[in-house]
Formats: sequence, structure tokens, C-alpha cells
Amino acid sequence: MNKKEIEARLASIHREAEGRAEHRKREGIPTIYIVMSTCGLASGAAETKHAFEEAVSHKGIRARIVPVGCLGHCYAEPLVVIDNPASGFPPICYHHVSAGRARVLVGSYLEEGDPVFEYVLGAMERTDLIPSVMDFPRFRLERRVVMEHCGRIDPDDIYQYIARGGYSALAGALASEPAEIIHRIEASGLRGRGGAGFPTGRKWRLARAAVTGGKIAICNADEGDPGAYVDRTILESNPHQLLEGLAICAYAVGANQAIVYVRAEYPLAVQTVKRAITSAKELSLLGFGILGTSFDLEVSLFQGSGAFVCGEETALIRSIEGRRGMPQHRPPYPVEKGLWGRPTVVNNVKTLSSLPAIVEKGGEWFRTIGTESSPGTAVFSVVGNVRHPGLVEIAMGTSLRTLIFDVCGGIPNNKAFKAVQIGGPSGGCLPERFLDTPIDFDSLRQAGAMMGSGGMVVMDEDACMVDVARYFLDFTQKESCGKCTFCRIGTSHLLNTLDRITKGNGREEDVELLETLGEDIKNGSLCGLGKTAPNPVLTSLRYFLDEYAAHIKEKRCPALKCRSLIAYYIDLEKCARGCEVCVGCCPVEAIFTTKGRKKGIDQKLCVKCGECLVACPREYDAVVRVSPPELAPVIERPPDEEKSAGGEG
Amino acid sequence: MGNPESQLNPEEGAMVEDIAAMLPAYEGRRGNLIPILQAIQERHSYLSGAAMKMVARHLGITPGEVYGVATFYNQFRFQPPGRHQIKVCLGTACHVAGGEIILENFERKLGIKDGETTPDREYSVERVVCVGCCALAPVAVLDDGVLGRMQPSKVEGIFVQFQVERQRQEREKAARESGEQEGD
Repeated sequence: MNKKEIEARLASIHREAEGRAEHRKREGIPTIYIVMSTCGLASGAAETKHAFEEAVSHKGIRARIVPVGCLGHCYAEPLVVIDNPASGFPPICYHHVSAGRARVLVGSYLEEGDPVFEYVLGAMERTDLIPSVMDFPRFRLERRVVMEHCGRIDPDDIYQYIARGGYSALAGALASEPAEIIHRIEASGLRGRGGAGFPTGRKWRLARAAVTGGKIAICNADEGDPGAYVDRTILESNPHQLLEGLAICAYAVGANQAIVYVRAEYPLAVQTVKRAITSAKELSLLGFGILGTSFDLEVSLFQGSGAFVCGEETALIRSIEGRRGMPQHRPPYPVEKGLWGRPTVVNNVKTLSSLPAIVEKGGEWFRTIGTESSPGTAVFSVVGNVRHPGLVEIAMGTSLRTLIFDVCGGIPNNKAFKAVQIGGPSGGCLPERFLDTPIDFDSLRQAGAMMGSGGMVVMDEDACMVDVARYFLDFTQKESCGKCTFCRIGTSHLLNTLDRITKGNGREEDVELLETLGEDIKNGSLCGLGKTAPNPVLTSLRYFLDEYAAHIKEKRCPALKCRSLIAYYIDLEKCARGCEVCVGCCPVEAIFTTKGRKKGIDQKLCVKCGECLVACPREYDAVVRVSPPELAPVIERPPDEEKSAGGEG
Repeated sequence: MGNPESQLNPEEGAMVEDIAAMLPAYEGRRGNLIPILQAIQERHSYLSGAAMKMVARHLGITPGEVYGVATFYNQFRFQPPGRHQIKVCLGTACHVAGGEIILENFERKLGIKDGETTPDREYSVERVVCVGCCALAPVAVLDDGVLGRMQPSKVEGIFVQFQVERQRQEREKAARESGEQEGD
């Protein structure tokens, strides 16, 4: 099969895609794009869609409603883009479009031509009429390769991806020799985006060289890091780019079988990928004789059952084989002996999704983005205490400060930045002095964090670093598969020690214990889980030792977070006579009326949930949180109160 | 191995029958173990002992091996869940935003602990690690709907809503019944 024939095959599909796009354009009716990925749905996108449907049919307006994937702007969900060509305005992006706003938009914009400026986020194109979102820092500072089409196409309509040039990289790859593709990937310097950063090209070369037949290519979408949802969003928003990358990978290494391994906890992603595989097969872009060539690729989907350790490739392979997902010794590496004993190449979602662009534009082009040692882009889900949380794709080498303060809008509520957690349970917390660190594999590792799978949690002054370390150890301790003694027992011992510290029972020698035990676990564990599990503790010890000291020596939590070390009380000077707001919100009826119809908190009953602090009207601001708890003044419950409370009970 | 079908209550009996009908669709190879367990849980919302024994027989492995694999993964449940399933997210972002307090509120309100079901099998509560809606933290999942930006006081509201809904249904049922009687 020569290059011309393959290109002709794709060209006919492409013509069909363009024809469909052209037809839609000629119709000239408004199109309403609604972001319907998991984040959007959680914010009520389904109700929004329903409201649009009802409103347009009620008013007899012809409009097309298209569900699209995630744009990455989770803070503004539900997001809607309305393209109303007849109005003369460019396509406009609207934020927080509730069902009510949807009805207003149909009436005002689609019917009367008024684009309702107060709901507008920005125009999707640059014009003189409405400021464009492209000029916002969020869009301007981003560099999208992996997420280029996310949120702009209907993930269930393969033609929309093809109309934007999709699958042409696969056609180009099929027309070249596999060795040439591998060479191009090596030249690009692409490193595995699963976290460890192993050069993708080298992995492929090893897999290509393996002599055993029946090779298998696996896409690792078992995103287990609690705080990352990058892979899920890509799967839900543009599954075809991933499948195209997977097919390129399989062709290059000589595999005829491919498996997409997706977490079962991502039901929408599972369904989207399944549909995408079917529609790609129908167009002969996957399956037998792809684009008329002799290359066959059977693609299936496997649902991961939720074990963090299965992100490790040997454990992932074990779980597909129907066994407990426990990591295996390497070598032999999966590229030599993997699933069912066959050579297996495992790549992350973001790695595979980067491939089409690299194959098409070349390794040199890819190297123009990012840094010398880490070319390309990084995708992060930035969450926590930032103004504009969401999914961000930036060029490698961008500083943490730019990402957190410029792209994501900085810390809300006039609070101060304290730390950023990168890499989830395998990563670490970096303090303010690391904000100018460039984001790339090596700089982050040097600082003690890790690229990981793209989870980034920003924390303000209210976060307790000891508590955060305890949280991650609680997670890794539960997720340890139990194979290595140091990981199995060591993490549990680390957790007990941290528990003790956060409860105010820390001992002087605990800091040293955490340090030495942490190092031992790193050395004594087989896989990435154990090797990195102590990182959250070790980095917080390195950068926030004073917080550990306050917990251990003064039995005080400086961030007022650890509940055993704090108390709430009501300042009688500030408390308003007769106000009952806190009484109503207390879930355990710990608040009583004391002298002068003011309120007090029964420390014995209080569960320290903090509801009263939130509920107390701002003009009184009478609820105070202190640490250590002994600082709270004792307010006795008046005897008659006690009696009546007892009587009610 | 004893006969798993013996001494089962009607509910479990129906489950066993259903599983017996679906198993032949799967080839009896080890690689199908997890997909089969997922399919059973999808249909019956948990894996009973009898179910796991049937799977073992189908694949020609010991029930112990099936149990060993099933308990390794977080997805599988071994007790029937409540009619309404409450999952409280305790991912990193939710933890920092106070997810534990949300979980405690559900536990206190229902009088059960994480992983348990109320005696009337109406509600079950469990903690999950990240549902991937971190930008909306803290998050809880109620049946299939994700509730973002949870607050302890919202927990109360959820149960009030359930109660109102139940009362409405009862009223409608009563009205229907009395209507039918009048019609007669």
C-alpha cells in the first residue's frame, strides 16, 4: 500500500467530515455548545441543556444543541458557547449558565439579538465587539497540544475531530516505516507523562526490538491520584486523539492488539471511549486493514477496579490477567515480557495524545515548546485555594508562580499562599520560596516534589502541613499492595506516628523517626508506590519543620486545622443578644444560651465542625477558633438550661 | 465446595439464577475474572458469597482466589448497599476543604459508620477517594448525582428533601388508592 492510496482513503473521509461541517455552516442556525463532561454535569450542565432544549422548542427557534467536552475552566461551569451567526457577533462563551440563565439567553440573544453582556465570559474569536477570551491570561499563557480540541468538539462525533485534521497523523505514519516513526519520537525528546518521565522513544525501540510475537500496546488511564482528573477529562473530551496516538504507537512497535485501561470510577469516560472505538472501526481507522493497509489493530477497553498501585505498569498488567494487582520485579521489563508473557508497551493518556501532533509536525517542532530536558507541554488539574481552578496545559519550563498566580488567578479571600502540593501521594509540598521553580521533570524532582500524573493542589495559610502529610500517608497505607514489608508495615507506622502528632501526643523523637523510617521505606520498596510514599512526609519535614515542632512541643496547630488541638468558643463581648443563628446550624446541639441571652459552646459536645464560625453573621464575628484548646475560656451552661436540655432529651 | 444455591433467601436466589444465566456469555479464562465480577456488581450492586463461588466454578479456580482478587480492589462491595448510596469524596482537594466533616455529618445523621448500611437498607455511606470534581470541593455523590461545594448544613437539607419526596409519594399513593376506591 503506498502513501498516495492511504492518503486518498483518508481524504475521502475528510471530505465527508468537511461536507458535514459545511452543511451545518450553510444552515446558518445558532449552535449552542454545552460543556457536558463530569465537572460540567456536577455543576448542573444536564439541567442547563434541558432548559435550552425546552426554551428553543417553546419559542419555536431553530437551533442546534451540541454537547462538548471540557474546556478546562472548571471554576465557571456550566460553560456554554453560543454561535449565533445571524447576530453578527462572534461565538460567545458564557459562564455559570444555570437553567434560568439558559432561558434568558434563548429569549434575549437568540430571539432578540441581545447577547446579555453580564453573563459573558468572552468571545471565542478576536473582534472589536466583545473582549476575546484569547486575551485573558488563562488562555494567553496556556499552550495546548494535548488539549487542543478539548471542549471544542463533540467527543461522540468522530467527523468533528477529522474535520480539524484528526487521523491524518495516523495516515502519515502508516505511509512511513515504523523505524522512522520511532526515530521521530526519539528526536522529539518526548518523555512519558505518567509521572516518571521515561523517554517514550527509547521504550518503543525496546518493544520494537523484542522478538516474541503478539505484541500489545496499552493506554494507561488508571488515574488514581486523589486530586488529579486530567486523564479523565481528555478521555471524555477528545477520545479520538488518544486512539490515534495509540494506533501510531501500536504500528511503530508492531503490536496488533491494544487495550485502553480506564478506571471503572469514570463511567462517562468509559462510555465515551467505547463509542469512540466503535465509530473509528466503522471508518476503518481502527480494526482490520486500517485505511486499506495490511495493518490490523484490535482495540478493547478494560475497566480498572480501583487500586492506586495499578498505575504501576507491572501491577496494571497483573490486573488485566485477572490477578491481584501486585507489582513484579523488573527486569524483565514489560517491553520484553508483559501481558500474558508477550512484549507490552504501556503509555499514559497524555503521552499518547501528544503523538499525533509530533508525528505530523516533527520532533523539531515539539522541541520548540518546553525545555531542553523536558520538551512539550504539561497538563495539570490545578485545584484547592485558587481563584480559577481547572485544567491547564502549559509549556514545560513555565514557573509555578506564573501557573498559580497568573493563569489560575492566585489565592482567593485575601489569604496568603502557603504551599503547593504536586504529584499527589508520590509528590511533595513546596513552600513559597520554590514558586520560581520551572515546571519540568527534573526541577520538580530536585525540589522534592514530582511531576506525577498532573495533580496540583494549592494551599493557603489555613492548611496544616502535618495534616496534609497524614492525609497522604493514610491514602498510601491503604493502597499499599502488601508485597514489600517496608511499604506495608512502614507506611502504617508512619501513619500512626503522624496521627499521634496531629492528636497532640507527639514525642520529641518523632521527627527523627519519621525521617529515618521514610528513607528506609524508599530504599526497601520494589515499586513506585513505596519508593515515593514517604515523599509527602519528607518534604513537609524539610520545609515546614516548625509546624511539626508546634504540634509536638506546644500541642498547638498553627493553621488551626487539627481538630484535637483546637477549640471554638463564643466571644461574649461580640455575641449579639438574642441571635440564634449558630444554635440552628450546630449539628450536635452543643450551643446553649447563657446569661444575657448570649451563646456559649459546650466543649464536651462540640465536634469542631466549624459550622458556627461560618454561620455567625459577619457584623458580629463572635465565634473564635483557638489552639491549643485550653485557650478557650470556660463558659458554664446555666443550670436551668441544663435541666431543660436534659428534659428535652 | 457445597452447593451455593442451597439455603438462600428469595432475593439471593434470584441473584444466583441471574448470574447463572449471564456466565455462559463469558469464556472461562482467568482474564475474564474482573470483567465478570464488575458485571455482577453492576447488576446486583454487590458480590455475595454464592456469587463468587459460582464465578470460581465457571473459571475453574478456587473461591479463595476469587475472593482474594475481589477484596484487593476498592470497587467491589460484599454487602448489599442502601437504596440511596451516599459517597463522600475524600480526595486531596476535598480533604483540604473539610470533606471529613461532611462525612461525619452523614454518619451522625444516619447513625452508621463509613462503609455501613442503615438497618432499613435505605441509606449507605462510604468514603471514596476522588471522584474527579476537585474544582467543586468538597464533593459528595448521592446515587448518581454529584453535589459540589458541600456544607455540613446541606446534609440536613438532603434528608429533608428525601423526606418530602417520600411523603409526596405516600400522599400520591394514598390519593390514587382512594381515587380507585371512589371509582369502584
